[in-house]
Amino acid sequence: MKPKEGQVRIPSGCAIAAVIARDGERMSGEGMIRAMEPMHDRSNGLGGGFAGYGIYPAYKDFYALHLFFDSRDTRKTCEAFLKTGFEIWHAERIPTRKIPAITDEPIIWRYFVAPLQSVLADLQLDEKEFVVRTVMEINTRMKGAYVFSSGKNMGTFKAVGFPEDVGVYYRLEEYAGYSWTAHGRYPTNTPGWWGGAHPFSLLDYSVVHNGEISSYDANRRYIEMFGYQCTLQTDTEVITYMMDYLLRRQGLTLNETAGVIAAPFWETIDRKTDLKDKEKHLYLRTVFPGLLITGPFSIVLGFEGGLMALNDRLKLRSMVVGEKGDRVYIASEEAAIRRIEPDADNIWSPAGGEPVVIRVKEGAQI
Amino acid sequence: MKQIDAKELDFRTLNERLRQATDDIEILNCCGQRFIGAGLSDRKILIRGTPGNALGAYLNGASLTVGGNVQDAVGDTMNAGKITVHGNIGDAAGYAMRGGTILVKGNAGYRAGIHMKAYQDKVPQMVIGGRAGSFLGEYQAGGVIVVLGLGEKQSRIVGNFPCTGMHGGKMFLRAACEDIAFPQQVTARRATDEDLREIQNILLEFCAVFSYDIAAILDAPFTVITPDTSNPYRQMYVVN
Amino acid sequence: MNGIFIMPEFDVIRSDARCTVCRVCERQCANGVHAFLEEKGLMVSDETKCVNCQRCVSFCPTHALKIVENPNRLRENANWDRDTIREIYKQANSGGVLLSSMGNPKPLPVYWDKILINASQVTNPPIDPLREPMETRVFLGKKPEKVSRGADGALITTLPPQIELSMPVLFSAMSYGSISYNAHAALAEAAARLGILYNTGEGGLHEDFYPYGSNTIVQVASGRFGVHEKYLETGAAIEIKMGQGAKPGIGGHLPGPKIVGDVSRTRMIPEGTDAISPAPHHDIYSIEDLRQLVYSLKEATRYKKPVIVKVAAVHNIAAIASGVARSGADIIAIDGFRGGTGAAPTRIRDNVGIPIELALAAVDQRLRDEGIRGNVSLIVGGSVRSAADVVKALALGADACYVATAALLALGCHLCRTCQSGKCNWGIATQEPALVKRLNPAQGSERLVNLMNAWRHEIMELMGGMGINSVEALRGNRLMLRGVGLTQKELEILGISHAGE
Repeated sequence: MKPKEGQVRIPSGCAIAAVIARDGERMSGEGMIRAMEPMHDRSNGLGGGFAGYGIYPAYKDFYALHLFFDSRDTRKTCEAFLKTGFEIWHAERIPTRKIPAITDEPIIWRYFVAPLQSVLADLQLDEKEFVVRTVMEINTRMKGAYVFSSGKNMGTFKAVGFPEDVGVYYRLEEYAGYSWTAHGRYPTNTPGWWGGAHPFSLLDYSVVHNGEISSYDANRRYIEMFGYQCTLQTDTEVITYMMDYLLRRQGLTLNETAGVIAAPFWETIDRKTDLKDKEKHLYLRTVFPGLLITGPFSIVLGFEGGLMALNDRLKLRSMVVGEKGDRVYIASEEAAIRRIEPDADNIWSPAGGEPVVIRVKEGAQI
Repeated sequence: MKQIDAKELDFRTLNERLRQATDDIEILNCCGQRFIGAGLSDRKILIRGTPGNALGAYLNGASLTVGGNVQDAVGDTMNAGKITVHGNIGDAAGYAMRGGTILVKGNAGYRAGIHMKAYQDKVPQMVIGGRAGSFLGEYQAGGVIVVLGLGEKQSRIVGNFPCTGMHGGKMFLRAACEDIAFPQQVTARRATDEDLREIQNILLEFCAVFSYDIAAILDAPFTVITPDTSNPYRQMYVVN
Repeated sequence: MNGIFIMPEFDVIRSDARCTVCRVCERQCANGVHAFLEEKGLMVSDETKCVNCQRCVSFCPTHALKIVENPNRLRENANWDRDTIREIYKQANSGGVLLSSMGNPKPLPVYWDKILINASQVTNPPIDPLREPMETRVFLGKKPEKVSRGADGALITTLPPQIELSMPVLFSAMSYGSISYNAHAALAEAAARLGILYNTGEGGLHEDFYPYGSNTIVQVASGRFGVHEKYLETGAAIEIKMGQGAKPGIGGHLPGPKIVGDVSRTRMIPEGTDAISPAPHHDIYSIEDLRQLVYSLKEATRYKKPVIVKVAAVHNIAAIASGVARSGADIIAIDGFRGGTGAAPTRIRDNVGIPIELALAAVDQRLRDEGIRGNVSLIVGGSVRSAADVVKALALGADACYVATAALLALGCHLCRTCQSGKCNWGIATQEPALVKRLNPAQGSERLVNLMNAWRHEIMELMGGMGINSVEALRGNRLMLRGVGLTQKELEILGISHAGE
């Protein structure tokens, strides 16, 4: 019998793409679907997904939980569990479109929820931490239920299939967001179910990633000390938890976070002439050795109001950035950007380990 | 010159048409198709748009010109011919190339000229008009790599770790390079007029293709880097 | 003395009663062990130089010589054994990385020897291969998932490119440079006569061997030595070498002194320059990049050649092979951790990788679980020592076996494991003309043909015993195998039952 993703580690290669409108203008999800087309050969039809930010303005104060269920009974049980900690403001099936390319679909629902203040007070937890714990609880203990998106005013959509088909399946042209990320997966084995597709997300952090990291188990065993549980054995999952830990729990900036996970080589640090910068890097590498990522990766981290793109420090994966007006595009291949913005200018490749952070301009409505 | 509109064509169809054509070709609306010109030994191909990875792999004499940027692995294991790029090139350009010429107006990504080699009359040349990323000329075993840094304000026209494992060939950087750390097994020194004569022809060609003035290019210090030995790891092993 | 004296590993025993002082041993030993002591009229030995290659023993006309283990012992220590201590002395003296040759000699499990083969009794008949048809022909390559028919309803019979073998064995990659011209000549000639294939390794293809193209696999390794249009066109198949069982995860390095004359010309690099093969292909950092290299080779050869991807057997081999099978590769070759090498760091050779038997069983099963076993053929190597090993490999699921060490033994190798010195007294792992000519290519190919013909008969005997008259029916037929002395876990991975079950 084929093992499901999570029971085995399935290395994968990938294509990634992302776009953000710095003026906050909403874009339909269709652009990302088209961007993935010229990179078709970077995926193998065994995983595709998207994350959109600013797509749920009507429910922007609620956590949007996207869940896969294996049966109606599991859904009922899970809903009952959610009600013990949350007010469920709205619940519905996520609209999809039947297409021949996407099969074996689970039951897919979304819930717009707010944590019950009384429960938070009882547990002495802040809201986000409570949501994280709930997600971990469902994903590790509730067989047949899986939360694959849990942020506010954002959502992740993923499936087994080519990304172009996954986008059509989820009717992404009907959503409008100020930023989008996309992922086409090339796993070495069939994942067995949809949870293993990317993006991987927690709260409003979502990660798309290309490459197989060699530090996986060192990172996993480190991060699991802090209540995270890696159920999928995928790189993207552990990177997402590392981001959440460093950004939210440790309060590091995006640049500092990049300095931990894609730390400069000691030799490069030794040669730095800016002493403050040198001291900072020395500090970060010394404090978080268990969170250094080695091996090839290019990632795009989505978060509320922005995107961060980052390559591994040897730059073993390709990634280009392009601009046109207020739009910024990121992709594994330039052709992806050209497909949706033939006139993109200022196309460049960020150096290994150097984060590219793009935020929506101050005052723009997100 | 015959035109092929590459819009909606996958790489296999496009390349098959290229192989069947007998004339020179202009490809229009290229967007991500890989392996263009793979192994081709004759013909000129002009590409409009953005060709995909491994452009001109195993190229064996054909001439490819790209109006804009190219992606990764251009000129992979190239044996002869010419690739001219009016924009930038991606990572690992000219990997293991043994002959022919790559001329780039703009910048190069990481690992340009990695494991470039030379043999007898085959001396590959790569000229990068802008700056080059890290690991330039890693394992370079032969041939000539030139980085001009034209239009660069900063003095560092290459990234980190250039010439790692270099054991043959030559590299010319149009900069004083005082702030660049080269590995121990290479010698970096100011290029003499005699050194520069070696690259005069290729620079003249670069200037002709991209409309630069050779005098302006030569009016700057050049650093030439050569390996100290063609056997860098001789002392590393003990027989067991 | 600055360095620590390292006592010789071997002792040269010369029977003075038998020795006629003919000085053959002196002429035969490139290491300079034997010398004639003029004043005493005696032959003497310098054991420090002896590698125990048995050349002198074989050529001594009076059988006066024996090479034995040096009886001089360090104090016994079960933890710090002799080799461990010697290695520390060597490193303390030199500061060098330890370098070894040929396959892992450590006493790690050989699963072939714990697997037994079935035979028919009563319930179905064995077959006599000497008198009845017995088929050993195999085709390697991708098999179409669905049959298709033309407008007239006739089957469309165009196949993806295939390799045809008269028996399920190929000579695996050994580069010209690591082995001699004459060794290559013998392998090429034998492959042609046998109707099988040999493999260039990463050293390019000498122009003299182009006529053997249809029996040649041309390799593309990370150094891309000697790779050009004509080379790719000439081979019957192209092998992308991602890794090697003896040294997974590291590159190769043929030192400059071996890059001379024709070796330099064939590799297309200047004489005396180190031939460095980087650890990775620098255009492959991820699985989707492999697809790119596979298809760039297919484009360059117009989809006429099957592409083999050779990987070392490592921990996650099942997932890796599954990824390779989805990359457009036609054939996957897996090299186990006992595979040989012309030179590898000792620590890598002896500690990295996994046994081929387990890797093969895991890969074959995973590809079947994924429903993509037909996408690829599977070749396994890494110490396939006999026809019985071949039969066991096929029954576990392989389509064919790569054989190299056994082929070298047939050429006269005595497994002294000193290939890296370049002074092979048997004319195999050397480029010194005086040594190379000791290997007669005609005689060498004759012995290779003998060996493979013998194996083919043995394979047929074993198959006949099982009542199987075609290798297709043996492939993946794990019921024909039983384990002895294996744990439940090992049996589970091998997918076989214990003897008696």
